Amino acid sequence: MYSAIVERPIDSSSIIERVSRGANGAVVLFLGTVREVNDGRDVTGIEYTAYRSMAARVLSTIVEEAAALADSNDVAVEHRLGELEVGECSVAVAVAHPHRSRAFEAARYVIEELKQRVPIWKREHYVDGTREWVRPTSRDANDFVDAGEGGGR
Amino acid sequence: MTVTVLLFASYADAVGRSQIEIDVESGATVKDIIEHVRKLGDATRLPAAPVVAVNEQYASRDRELRAGDEVALIPPVSGG
Repeated sequence: MYSAIVERPIDSSSIIERVSRGANGAVVLFLGTVREVNDGRDVTGIEYTAYRSMAARVLSTIVEEAAALADSNDVAVEHRLGELEVGECSVAVAVAHPHRSRAFEAARYVIEELKQRVPIWKREHYVDGTREWVRPTSRDANDFVDAGEGGGR
Repeated sequence: MTVTVLLFASYADAVGRSQIEIDVESGATVKDIIEHVRKLGDATRLPAAPVVAVNEQYASRDRELRAGDEVALIPPVSGG
């Protein structure tokens, strides 16, 4: 298992290497990248910030949960902070397993939980020079606070 | 007793600071801290019931605080 918050470009091949073993017949890699248009506005880049110590802790917890779900320790994730340009990779998730089904399931778990629970924020920079903190559109973070960390799924 | 309040992203912008030391009476709760912080900044941009973490664990508004606790007000997260 591996999880890290980094301030350098993500090397996806190194993430794959962390989970690749002869026993595994499937490796699933998910990459999140900076999109050039969001809600109809032209984006030039995204700035990521975090409550870094807590983000590292929650990310590690999510990886442990995914490993239990997949019954495999071959789960890895890196999230990048700082200023990213369009097309750059902000997050990478790799899961390997003897069979593909569990690998897909666990990889999906990591990215979905990360987006709901890890205290990371992004501010989009637009072509017109303005910048705004992005408000999530899916689930309200308040949904899980009473359940505490690890709850609220 | 003193607790440390951490603010991030839009909440830090609303208050103009990312870290505040606050003196509170013993028995104070997360709710008391939120009310205190909302008076320091633009309260329209700081919700009455933000998500909060105490010492890096998500916590409820009723959570009683101890001296030295680190209370973080967590805006809606948007990682990934």
